[in-house]
Amino acid sequence: MSTQYQPFLLRMLGNSRWTGYAISVIFLCILIPVLNLVVPEGSLLHVSNYTVSIGGKILCYAMVALAMDLIWGYTGILSLGHGLFFALGGYACGMYLMRQVGVDGVYHSNLPDFMVFLDWKTYPWYWTGTEHFLVAMLLVVAVPGILAFVFGWFAFRSRIKGVYFSIITQALTYAFMLFFFRNETGFGGNNGFTDFKRLLGIPIATPEMRMFLFALSGLTLLLMLWMSRCIVDSKFGRVLTAIRDAESRVMFSGYNPLHYKLAIWTLSAMMCGVAGALYVPQVGIINPGEMSTANSIEIAIWVAVGGRGTLIGPLLGAAFVTGMKSWFTATFPEYWLYFLGLLFIVATLYLPDGVMGLAKKLKGKLL
Amino acid sequence: MKIAKIIVALVLAWLFAGTAYALTAADRMLLSAGDNDQRIASIAKVVAAGDASAVPFLKSLLDDSVKVAGSKVFIAGADAVTDAATGVRVELPVNAADVVNNNRMRSELVSAIAALELQSPDVAIRMQAAQALRQSDAGDSTLTLVKNAEKTEQNSKVKSVLGEIRAGIELSGPDQATRLNAAQELGGSTSAQMRQLLVIRLQPGGETDPQVKQLITSSLRAMDARLAYYEQAGIVFTGLSLGSVLLLAALGLAITYGLMGVINMAHGEMMMLGAYATYLVENFFRNYLPEWFDAYVLVAIPVAFILTAIIGMILERTVIRHLYGRPLETLLATWGIGLILMQLVRTVFGAQNVQVENPGWMSGGIELAANLVLPYNRLAIIVFSLTVLLLVWTLLNKTRLGLFVRAVTQNRSMAGCVGVNTARIDAWAFGLGSGVAGLAGVALAQIGNVGPDLGKTYIVDSFMVVVLGGVGQLAGTVYAALGLGLVNKFLEGYAGAVLAKIIVLVIIIIFIQKRPQGIFALKGRSVD
Amino acid sequence: MKSPHSFIKSMTVIATAVAIMSGSLTALAAEDKEPIKVGILHSLSGTMAISETALKDMALMTIEDINKHGGVMGRQLEPVVVDPASNWPLFAEKARQLLSKDKVAVTFGCWTSVSRKSVLPVYKELDGLLFYPVQYEGEELEKNVFYTGAAPNQQAIPAVEYLMSKDGGSAKRFVLLGTDYVYPRTTNKILRAYLNKHGVSDADIMEEYTPFGQSDYQTIIAKIKKFSAEGKKTAVISTINGDSNVPFYKELGNQGLKATDVPVMAFSVGEEELRGVDTKPLVGELAAWNYFMSQSNPVNNAWKKEWAAYAKAKHLPGADKPLTNDPMEATYVGIHMWKQAVEKAGTTDVDKVIGAMGGQTFKAPDGYTIEMDAKNHHLHKPVLIGEVKADGQFNVVWKSTGPIKAQPWSPYIVGNDKKKDQPEAK
Repeated sequence: MSTQYQPFLLRMLGNSRWTGYAISVIFLCILIPVLNLVVPEGSLLHVSNYTVSIGGKILCYAMVALAMDLIWGYTGILSLGHGLFFALGGYACGMYLMRQVGVDGVYHSNLPDFMVFLDWKTYPWYWTGTEHFLVAMLLVVAVPGILAFVFGWFAFRSRIKGVYFSIITQALTYAFMLFFFRNETGFGGNNGFTDFKRLLGIPIATPEMRMFLFALSGLTLLLMLWMSRCIVDSKFGRVLTAIRDAESRVMFSGYNPLHYKLAIWTLSAMMCGVAGALYVPQVGIINPGEMSTANSIEIAIWVAVGGRGTLIGPLLGAAFVTGMKSWFTATFPEYWLYFLGLLFIVATLYLPDGVMGLAKKLKGKLL
Repeated sequence: MKIAKIIVALVLAWLFAGTAYALTAADRMLLSAGDNDQRIASIAKVVAAGDASAVPFLKSLLDDSVKVAGSKVFIAGADAVTDAATGVRVELPVNAADVVNNNRMRSELVSAIAALELQSPDVAIRMQAAQALRQSDAGDSTLTLVKNAEKTEQNSKVKSVLGEIRAGIELSGPDQATRLNAAQELGGSTSAQMRQLLVIRLQPGGETDPQVKQLITSSLRAMDARLAYYEQAGIVFTGLSLGSVLLLAALGLAITYGLMGVINMAHGEMMMLGAYATYLVENFFRNYLPEWFDAYVLVAIPVAFILTAIIGMILERTVIRHLYGRPLETLLATWGIGLILMQLVRTVFGAQNVQVENPGWMSGGIELAANLVLPYNRLAIIVFSLTVLLLVWTLLNKTRLGLFVRAVTQNRSMAGCVGVNTARIDAWAFGLGSGVAGLAGVALAQIGNVGPDLGKTYIVDSFMVVVLGGVGQLAGTVYAALGLGLVNKFLEGYAGAVLAKIIVLVIIIIFIQKRPQGIFALKGRSVD
Repeated sequence: MKSPHSFIKSMTVIATAVAIMSGSLTALAAEDKEPIKVGILHSLSGTMAISETALKDMALMTIEDINKHGGVMGRQLEPVVVDPASNWPLFAEKARQLLSKDKVAVTFGCWTSVSRKSVLPVYKELDGLLFYPVQYEGEELEKNVFYTGAAPNQQAIPAVEYLMSKDGGSAKRFVLLGTDYVYPRTTNKILRAYLNKHGVSDADIMEEYTPFGQSDYQTIIAKIKKFSAEGKKTAVISTINGDSNVPFYKELGNQGLKATDVPVMAFSVGEEELRGVDTKPLVGELAAWNYFMSQSNPVNNAWKKEWAAYAKAKHLPGADKPLTNDPMEATYVGIHMWKQAVEKAGTTDVDKVIGAMGGQTFKAPDGYTIEMDAKNHHLHKPVLIGEVKADGQFNVVWKSTGPIKAQPWSPYIVGNDKKKDQPEAK
């Protein structure tokens, strides 16, 4: 290795946070792509397409975990509806991808197959504009954002909090799931959207495209991480934490928690939407199953395992739980639910601050 | 060879027809073998002869216990095979074939048996026979039998049913005056079959006489007016029935959540365990006490209650105890418990559903009108849930334990100070909540699936009930459960099942915005 | 400071160098006598476990049996079992794992249509081979999939024909009742077109859907009763999915709606689904399949015996009452046909095996020697109508005269007449 880059590296290492970001960028945008695309298959260092696709999925989950952490870990509001926002973002992106299928569907129609099947002759009004990439991307953040805003405005204004809030978000998600399951709703019923062909005119099922989406997900996650860092370090972030710890006192001090809660709640939903939009082209399917109760609760456990109120913890939690799921369901399929169940119990009983809290404690003891 | 035999049998049957009649071996053969048209013709002949001694054989046919080998007919009872001709016990030949009856055959057999039983000395059997005959498409072949029976019948209820059947047959008779009369009579019926007869008569290819047509139309109108009333009653009943199921499912939750502030996501799994306990008890009775089978539910109730209560108490002592005051954590931990219990059941009993049979007294229902049947199992569940409600209410309000539970709920530390063992009360209360969930499981086993996923189906609904009713209020839970049941069933009639469910959820969400504390808010303002 | 760009470039060079060096460590080419890997992709947890677990066990039994008899071309089969946990995206992930990591030669799996649709892009991209063993709605024909379950014309249409016949009760009015998802919707669309063509007007057809997991059928049954009292003989055609059947049938029995009055013909109810039901009040209710356990023929008897012994030896749940059903038969037939095709092609190469599949025949437990169509990737299957008996088995009351060729593109759906009866060339 030539020595001329060392000063640069050293300077970067001086600021540990920026080093973290820089290493991550290199890892995502250079190392993995090279190991996946350049290094020949069969080599020890080759990163398989399969690994990349799991990695991409985990990155998307990590975004959701981060969004959940902002609202639960920092503001103390447990949402059981984040699966819904995630799915809505996914559906918005899926609508664009369905448009991109063009006439390559089973019926060679301009419309998606499921619409042909419903005897629809044109796209319904709510599909308007989804053929444009930018409109679709706007919907990805706007739909979850607006829904969260409206729902949050009513709920927070009525001072619904704690468990009540969790349960009505669950009801909302459940209602949406049933609604999307209907064939006539116009989103493909329980099959949802699948068999995508292209993204921006480029074939979607190629290693290059997968790599691109993987790297894009990684960069988006980093961006969100940076944004979240800014938020929690700001005054705004401190008010959020104060709301979590003693909402009435915040109120008595002259703040209106409504605005704060509403802002972070809407932002969190929009982050989920983005995650969903990146998730759909990578896994190749979106359907109402994503809105099931169990999925939303699993998001909470990612955050709990990793550590609430830390920004890195949820990412680790999401990666750990998802990774374990992939491994267990392949190796000991029968024991996956035991493990997941135990994880829920152990995390709440013995790891109130998650893995990050545990690490901190261990570090404190050792040093 | 076979054809020749059948022809001989047919000739013999003709010879014997009309004389003092008794089923011959040849008749049995004709009833059991051959194509369906021919068998049905044979049945009609037996009915026309009107000999009640043929009934046992027809019943054996209906039970699928008749076998045919060569030219011999056998009856394979529960414990012995007999030769149908001689009644002597025999070994079933290896080449014996089952007599296969499809629905068409079966319905012919049912109406034949019913027609022949109209002369039975027992009123109950006569009534049953008359009703069965009314339900089947009784054809012309039974007209004489029905007329004779109507003439001699003493019991007025049976007589009126017989009258309906006769009118039903006469409605398509050749004589205009008789038809008019029949149409008039049928206006007083509430039977679905009779209504169907009238409707079909009005369709093309039916009645041509304008006078009769007019009378049929007015009879139909009179009938519909009466049926509409029952239809409304039916909606209320189904609503109450759904409400009582929801109430049972939510009652345990109301205790653990309302009184203790614990979000028990494993509540559904407690119900599931209760249902599996019912399954085990049912199996035990089936294998060891078959003569007491109908009583298994009565045993299952305490077994399910104790089993789930004990599991609940163990969970409270090991897990939930550490989480008091942190409701969101209890939510996650109990969800995990639920997952483990579910997989445990899957490992032990398999992923497939298991069979829980209703006891005899819970099968069937009371028919109030053609369009309103109150099934016994639904009625039993309504009564059961009200009983459980009463017991829980008494326990909480009239006993020392209930006093302690309420004391701990209201002020834990003060209760502790005056000597209440709060830890033990927590365990008892959680056990009670879980036990009630187990009872709900017993009830659910009577109407639906018993499988590992049973709990997940009900968990969202039961939380909705508790939240809607208001925390800590049994009365609220009752109103919310019955209200949701009624609203759901009312909407389902108009919007279909899918939309009804969505609308109900949306209504709940909006309602909670208006009244965050539920229907019955606790009085006074409290700051957390 | 040099631009980060050149830094990235140098990193790339280094990585590439490392990669090329390690390339020499590439694993040795697979030997000929190594076992052939076979993927099994059925949910073992979650809501679909109830149906799919038995298919996994059946696949394992068949593989064990083939191995005992010398394997395929002298090579043993090695099953790779994964659990997609009834989660559709996980199906796609597991399919990718089977194809790219485990390098399976063939996969037997999926139950729901959505799971098949979810894995389909993966099989197309990586050119894998999937055998799908469940009856489905048709409207699909992919090169990489063989469909060993029934298409609508091998189940739904004959069933309705039977109901309209004299022995089926000469039904004139129909209730199309299903769970609200794609299979019931498609089937009912086909049936409605069929009925309209055969003189049943829309006024005599009632279509009703319930959400997934519906457990309260009181209102629906009241509606059916009302509908049936409004005209001539009514029959119900049920495409109610999985779990909801038990509450439906229980309610049906208790409301006193007997098969002799209003028969119910079900397309998703088999021996396994009736395991959880007290069938005494249901005697006479109908089901249409391509195989029933109660069929008596030497192949079926031997197969049932083998399954019972296997279930007992492996202590499978429910081994005290071992049941076989139509999708299990389709799994069994599929694995054997694949074996024959591999032996004919002399290789497990996907394209060659696909080429060898057409025209394969197999003596199946349904009593016929059934054939894989030369072109359309579907089996020619006999159609059977069964009536529920008190013991949870079915009485076969009607049989098609022989195996029927599948029509994945139903002629009752507008526009399908232009469809070719073979996978489209890409």
